[in-house]
Amino acid sequence: MDYEEKVDEMCEELPEKVRSRLVDRMEDEDLSEAEAEELIENTKEAYDKCKFEPGEAIGVVSAQSISEPATQMTMRTYHVAGSAQGVEITQGLPRLIEIVDARKTIKTPSMDVYLKDDYQTEEGAREVANEIRETKMLDVVTEDRIDLLNLVVEFDLDTDSLDNIGLSEEEVISNLNKGRRKYEAESEDGMVKIVPKEDDISVRDLQKMKNKVMDKHLKGIKGISQAVVTETDGEWSIQTLGTNLKKVLKVEGVDPTRTVSGDPREMQKVFGIEACRNTILKEGHETIMEQGLDVDVRHMMLVADTMTVDGEIKAIGRYGVAGEKGSVLARASFEVTVRHLTEASIKGEVDELNSTVENVIINQTVPVGTGMYEVSYNPQTE
Amino acid sequence: MTDVFLNGKFVGETEQPKELVREVREKRRDGTLPEEFNARYNVDEENIRINTDSGRVRRPLVRVEDGEPLLTEEHVEKIKEGEMKWSDLVEEGIIEWIDASEEEDLLVAPREEEITEKHTHIEIHPANILGINASLVPFPEYNRGDRISYGAKMIGQTLGFYSANYPLRADTKSNILSYPQTPLVTTQTEEAVELEKHPAGQNVVVALLSYKGFNIEDALIVNRSSVERGFARSYFFRTYDAEKQRYSGGQEDDIGIPDKDVRGYRSEEAYSHLSEDGVVPPEVDIESGDVLVGKTSPLRFMGTGEFVTGMQNRRETSVTVRHGEGGVSDKVLLSETEDGNKLVKVTLREKRVPELGDKFATRHGQKGVIGLLEPEEDLPFTKDGVTPDVILNPHGIPSRQTVGQLLEVLAGKVGALSGQKVDATPFTGEKEEDLREKLRELGFRSDGKEVLYNGTTGEMMEAEIFQGIVYYEKLEHMVSNKIHARSRGPVTLLTKQPTEGRAKEGGLRLGEMEKDCFIGHGASMTLKERFSSDEVTLPICKECGVIAVEDENKGEVRCPMCEESEHVEDVEMSYAFKLLLDELKSMTIYPKMNIEESV
Repeated sequence: MDYEEKVDEMCEELPEKVRSRLVDRMEDEDLSEAEAEELIENTKEAYDKCKFEPGEAIGVVSAQSISEPATQMTMRTYHVAGSAQGVEITQGLPRLIEIVDARKTIKTPSMDVYLKDDYQTEEGAREVANEIRETKMLDVVTEDRIDLLNLVVEFDLDTDSLDNIGLSEEEVISNLNKGRRKYEAESEDGMVKIVPKEDDISVRDLQKMKNKVMDKHLKGIKGISQAVVTETDGEWSIQTLGTNLKKVLKVEGVDPTRTVSGDPREMQKVFGIEACRNTILKEGHETIMEQGLDVDVRHMMLVADTMTVDGEIKAIGRYGVAGEKGSVLARASFEVTVRHLTEASIKGEVDELNSTVENVIINQTVPVGTGMYEVSYNPQTE
Repeated sequence: MTDVFLNGKFVGETEQPKELVREVREKRRDGTLPEEFNARYNVDEENIRINTDSGRVRRPLVRVEDGEPLLTEEHVEKIKEGEMKWSDLVEEGIIEWIDASEEEDLLVAPREEEITEKHTHIEIHPANILGINASLVPFPEYNRGDRISYGAKMIGQTLGFYSANYPLRADTKSNILSYPQTPLVTTQTEEAVELEKHPAGQNVVVALLSYKGFNIEDALIVNRSSVERGFARSYFFRTYDAEKQRYSGGQEDDIGIPDKDVRGYRSEEAYSHLSEDGVVPPEVDIESGDVLVGKTSPLRFMGTGEFVTGMQNRRETSVTVRHGEGGVSDKVLLSETEDGNKLVKVTLREKRVPELGDKFATRHGQKGVIGLLEPEEDLPFTKDGVTPDVILNPHGIPSRQTVGQLLEVLAGKVGALSGQKVDATPFTGEKEEDLREKLRELGFRSDGKEVLYNGTTGEMMEAEIFQGIVYYEKLEHMVSNKIHARSRGPVTLLTKQPTEGRAKEGGLRLGEMEKDCFIGHGASMTLKERFSSDEVTLPICKECGVIAVEDENKGEVRCPMCEESEHVEDVEMSYAFKLLLDELKSMTIYPKMNIEESV
């Protein structure tokens, strides 16, 4: 018999995933029609039981479900060895706080760069990584000297790392000679020679010039200090330290449909608020799960949703969600009490007492659970 | 150049640090310098630190020269005969007091056999590396280190015989164990610190056995008959004092039975124990809340206009028995303070018979509370009719690795059967083999196990049970000090919320996180009920949204703003919220309440 048809007919309201799993399972077990119907009925019932009921305090439940495990993180985090090959990314509680606070600058921004099919080899991945990783002069220099007699600066180039990065000496010279500058770079006996345009340069200025040259950008994308090639389940990808999503997406070989940044704000700028929500969700949930704690995604979803409902990222806390609460009393009871009270009195705000905190303060029933409903009956007044 | 510091202050430099330090030490030994001098050459920091000040922890070590300790048999003999004293040994430089920093420069041998050419000192006894309490633990070298720490810590919490003149003393709080015993299995430290004169525990028969499951999670099953015979019985003493203070203006406290018209007069019953002088006589049964010393004081703020003579102008400040305590008045002490004020001290004595929940421990850090008091006739017995006083759960042993306690069981058994104390001094105590041999000689199994018979059915138990004698300590944490419950009770003046703490008969706070939990469950009504401890009903003016005032003269409730009473409605709210509104008003914020009918 056609289980799929049966399932679609009997339980349309169930989500796609549940239905397909149901069908798979029924096919495995090869159920009769009566058995199949019973199973579908039971599944529907079980699904209904899993749903939240009206008046359920999902915010509090989510808050508790995330923060209780987070208290355990405090004790265990901090000294976790960095992930693959030296790219050390903030993990654990500090990372979680960073996400939830919607920080403008992230401690260790990073990207997951995915590759197009043509570049699905180690060489291909390395090639792309070299295009992305920012190479400065100092990365390819083994030794630097100041020739006091001729007043020039000399650099010995590291040919091995040049090969690895895919740069030639000529390219180095031409890159050094780009833009406004006070010197001319030349190649001489495998050395790079920096000849100042000014004849009478002081040694101090020469020193300054040397440092400037050392910092000169040669290749790659600015702001990305590391790019590590990794293979997971046969797929090559690149993990970076430092982000510049906009430019990375344009690099040849990068799959722009899947490449993401770990910085929600950057994701919002490049892809929009929905992508930002998904970043908060994914990063937040992964941070918790990495610590060996089990938190249902739906709790993190609620957090990600509240942080992004109005198309802008809001932090959970004084300057975000909590600061925008509708109730004066609720805001005042959470940090900077005096400011909220004075501002409310100046504006003449009205507190409708619609939410939980306010009602706890004045000791009224909280509009949650059994307190949701306002119908009441007094048996004494006939 | 090496810097030289004396008591932390820079005093100079030297080219020959080693020689300098050696010279300081030699001068100390020959008496040129006081023996309080301690010097250390810190090679890493390139400095010499010499300390002579107070507050350093120092310990005595015997000097070793050329692989031979300076303390010889000869010295020991002389000390035994009284020809030499400890101070002579120190003066002669045989024994030195070493502080923590100088010890870093030394190589100390724990025992004589281990001395090499390199050693500079030797311990007087290897157990000297332990403190007093830690070296009171028998067989500690068989225990895990942390267990010794726990055991040593709990030795400090035991009830015992702390002072022989306790009936004369007026300590604020003290406990006396009724039938203290010195331990059968003991260490040399016990003798050295004269703990035999101040024992703090009792030797009891312990069986390692699970019995009815009441010794789960470290609980103890205690033989009720043993308790009735006096096991772990103790007395708790608390001294209350009352001072007849003098105040400015020639007024003073008055000790005596207060008159009925004194402000804050208690019930007549509360004063019923007092004799004419206003003090409780000795050996009177007293309950909590009773007055021990009747006292009145002048009023704190004398009103300007109304100055009425008589007792109405005094307030009651009697000394009463603490909440939850009671007992018998033990002694009454009349004295004077330094300022010449009359001073009354009343000591109360309360019997503390072991009860469910009282805490006990062995010296090995094995602590537990009483889980069951079982009559002797129901407890298992041996063929000789021995029943255990304490049944310990065997699950407490493997994970904690207190092998020393198992040895104590054996040693205690040997001690009890042979009538001799067993030496269990750290590192030098009796060996397991010897104990086993002695047990065998005494006609018992060498592994300490015995056949037991079920106390209720009389059947022989299938397994042999490890049973012997262990020194048990009663600790100062007793349920009667901690038990606390409240349904109604006192509230604080400001917030009308319940008081906090057992001493004030307080409530148990339903805190912020507990509140979240109620919300998470959607239990709004329960939450409201729980938070109703400070609920008040206030008249509110519907028009102005402020609290109305009751005018007793006119017999009406009137709004202070519109001065009318027709719009006033009663509203329930928490008193804390009313306080918030009051505070806002005091800061010139007008919090207006918009009231509607709820139906």
